[in-house]
Amino acid sequence: MNLRRLQNNIYLTLMYAFFYIPIITLIIYSFNDTKYSLIWRGFTWGWYVELFSDADLWISTWHSFILALMSSTIATSIGLIAAVSLYRYRFLGRNILNGLIFIMILSPEIVMGASLLILFSKLDLPLGFFSLLLAHITFCMPFVIVTILSRLVSVDKNIFEAAKDLGAQDFLIFRRIIFPLMLPAICASWLLSFTLSLDDVIISYFVAGPEFQILPLQIYSMVRAGVKPEINALCSVLFCLTLGLVLLAQFALRKKS
Amino acid sequence: MHKNVVTLNGVYKSLPDHDILHDINLEVREGEFLTLLGPSGCGKTTLLRMISGFDEPSQGKIMIDGKDVSGLPPYKRHIHTVFQSYALFPHMTVFENVAFGLRCQKISNDEIKERVETILKMVKLEKFIWRKPSQLSGGQQQRVAIARAAVNRPRVLLLDEPLSSLDYRLRKNMQIELKQLQRKLGITFIFVTHDQEEALSMSDRVVVMEEGRIEQIGTPRQVYEEPGTLNVAKFIGEANIFAGKIIEILENKQIIIYLLDKERKAKSNRSHYQGEDVHVLIRPEDVRVWTQDEVDNTTEMFQGHVTEVIYKGTTVDLIVRLANNETIAATEFFDEDDDRLEYKIGEQVWVNWTPGWEVILPRET
Amino acid sequence: MKRDQNFKYFSLSLIWFWLFLFALLPTCFVVATSFMPPHQNDILSQTSTLENYQLVFQPLYLKIFQKSFVIAGLATLICLFLGYPFAYLIARMQGRLKNFLLMLIIIPFWTSSLIRSYALIAMIKTKGLLNTFLLSLGFISGPLPLLFTNTAVMIGLVYNLLPFMILPILTNVERLDSQIIDAARDLGANRMTTFRRIVLPLTLPGIIAGCILVFLPAMTIFYIPDILGGAKSILLGNLIQNQYLIAQNWPMGSALSTVLTLILVSLIIIYLIATRGNKKRDWM
Repeated sequence: MNLRRLQNNIYLTLMYAFFYIPIITLIIYSFNDTKYSLIWRGFTWGWYVELFSDADLWISTWHSFILALMSSTIATSIGLIAAVSLYRYRFLGRNILNGLIFIMILSPEIVMGASLLILFSKLDLPLGFFSLLLAHITFCMPFVIVTILSRLVSVDKNIFEAAKDLGAQDFLIFRRIIFPLMLPAICASWLLSFTLSLDDVIISYFVAGPEFQILPLQIYSMVRAGVKPEINALCSVLFCLTLGLVLLAQFALRKKS
Repeated sequence: MHKNVVTLNGVYKSLPDHDILHDINLEVREGEFLTLLGPSGCGKTTLLRMISGFDEPSQGKIMIDGKDVSGLPPYKRHIHTVFQSYALFPHMTVFENVAFGLRCQKISNDEIKERVETILKMVKLEKFIWRKPSQLSGGQQQRVAIARAAVNRPRVLLLDEPLSSLDYRLRKNMQIELKQLQRKLGITFIFVTHDQEEALSMSDRVVVMEEGRIEQIGTPRQVYEEPGTLNVAKFIGEANIFAGKIIEILENKQIIIYLLDKERKAKSNRSHYQGEDVHVLIRPEDVRVWTQDEVDNTTEMFQGHVTEVIYKGTTVDLIVRLANNETIAATEFFDEDDDRLEYKIGEQVWVNWTPGWEVILPRET
Repeated sequence: MKRDQNFKYFSLSLIWFWLFLFALLPTCFVVATSFMPPHQNDILSQTSTLENYQLVFQPLYLKIFQKSFVIAGLATLICLFLGYPFAYLIARMQGRLKNFLLMLIIIPFWTSSLIRSYALIAMIKTKGLLNTFLLSLGFISGPLPLLFTNTAVMIGLVYNLLPFMILPILTNVERLDSQIIDAARDLGANRMTTFRRIVLPLTLPGIIAGCILVFLPAMTIFYIPDILGGAKSILLGNLIQNQYLIAQNWPMGSALSTVLTLILVSLIIIYLIATRGNKKRDWM
């Protein structure tokens, strides 16, 4: 029994090491005082300084931030309504809607990106902030719906019966009962949408325009140009930021377990 | 001389801060239907798991057919368990479920087919042989679980509260069926339950447990009519319990005791001494209640008034408050002798029971 | 009562409108575009042709399909063999340790996979951490040229997609009644038999879900082959991206996308067939 336990623990440790060593290495080397070598030359904040003085990067960051803020808020709102409707109402095409959301989650991002590109071209919508916004809302929504829906099904259905029995109408039920109960799930969905939007590369690649540069695409072109130490610093910062947001989301979801 | 198929000697199961099982000594006879009975947390499931091999005792020996089985994994003990949730394999048919153990023993396909069909006939499921568990009702699933364990011809079949998830009527039917099945199969059953009615109706012997200890082992009749301790008395059936004192010891097991502000003749199978503090146990169905105009000689009786009347169809339960302010519960059965069982709340009554029908227990602190 | 209906109709209209406009309609456009002549990007043009699909089956594109299938397939298998035991072990744990370990898996799941792929470059390049480590321990005599090879792409894919294999299997194993495993052992099955005849069949839906969640992205995340495999490495995702954005050949790109979607649909059908016995469906 103990040998097996040991085997299992070694295996698990190796796996977690596999997951985290590259990232930790990245963060450590963002402080390395050398341009190309991996040998440790000394501790420095230099790359971070260069990072923070790069104006272009700040602009892209700001753009990504605004984009993520708006798209996650709108996606969460629409997604919340969608989840509630799917949960409460029996309507024509309900199963189709369920299936559609299921497919949207599984569907490769490249297909969604390409299809939106064609759509925007047909609608004569120029590629830029607005096209990005619409695209981001669209791909975040299924995740919001799934998160909130899975929380909704654990609610005692009798609550709604009781409310109706006491005379509440649908909107009131939504406002006074569903919304407060779902608040942790709503927050978690918002945070997840935010990180998804911040990090998205593939769909953004298709629908972004030259005027409105966003961070992931800028990183992508920087990386393709070659390894630079500022990128290490940049990636470290972003990783820690999303880490923080993910922890917040997990905390919110855990609170009302 | 009974042959003992399972023996437990001085078995303990200890955790750092307390003992789950404390000094368990038990002999299970071959072919008997033995029930481990007790409230939740009394250790009966732990005890079962130790016999089956899913758990090891901290101290003591467990022997099956005379052989010490410590360290031996479950399937090497020739004992099989019917789990509380039945644990049927959802992706296999009834046939495959029942055949599973046989296949693990590498028995020939012909023999497997024969044995599986035979046992499914015994549990009356031969028509469901190709169904999947999800297509069966709760009672049917349970029979598959039993068949799956029994087909391997174990020395003992362990059943962990198998009826607890069934509804009342089904439960009653399954109790009778299980008892009949056990007789047909001839296998020793060790059954775990917290339902004392179930234990009494099915078992050859009952092991009453409380907080990790065995309180009493006996036939259903013995544990009901002669409870060995207050715990057993309180757990099995309803009981009125009063404090009393032994005044005098007479011959032929007769004694005179003082209880409820009166001296009374009583009978006891135990040995007592004069002045001993005791508990007197009297079952509600043994208590007789008389109205004022029904009796003349009330010297041996206790006076009181009715505070509660509960009509139960076949019986009427009464709560009577006695002169010394203690209450006694009585259950009166409707029969031809008593065509009038109408009691009013507040009515003055006399309460009595036949001397010798009470149980005298030493006063425990 | 009127307000009741109002709210309901408002909600439903909103969702249907959005999904129609941004999910259904674009998909139709893609399919329609795939039938246009090459390089003609206006889908209102009348001519339609199967030229693009024919091209898809030409050796040039077919080779890329084949390569994508092989690499994605291998990556999926590696994820399966690495991820299944991992998911199994964690699913069977209890309590706070389990929650903590679960969170440690979810964190990479949600952080940018671009960044994580970039982190791999530093690990596997010639003067990178892996080579330095192996050299210093004497396991190899010269550095392994890992970067810009198919192996690098595979490592990148496995590294990024492993959580997608682990999570569905994990939720599936959690649903397994542990008494079933006890019952199997009680009846005489050893570990191998219990796994083969009980655990494996019952966790099959999770395995298939995991494979779908790994295989498709493995073929289509174009930035992983791009930054780890270099210019030589073209998988299906790179091809589609190239057709749309560089070659400006939308019809060809659409044809490839449609084929990709058909593959997705077939995999989903396989999944549904395998889970038709179960009543519950995982919502991730």
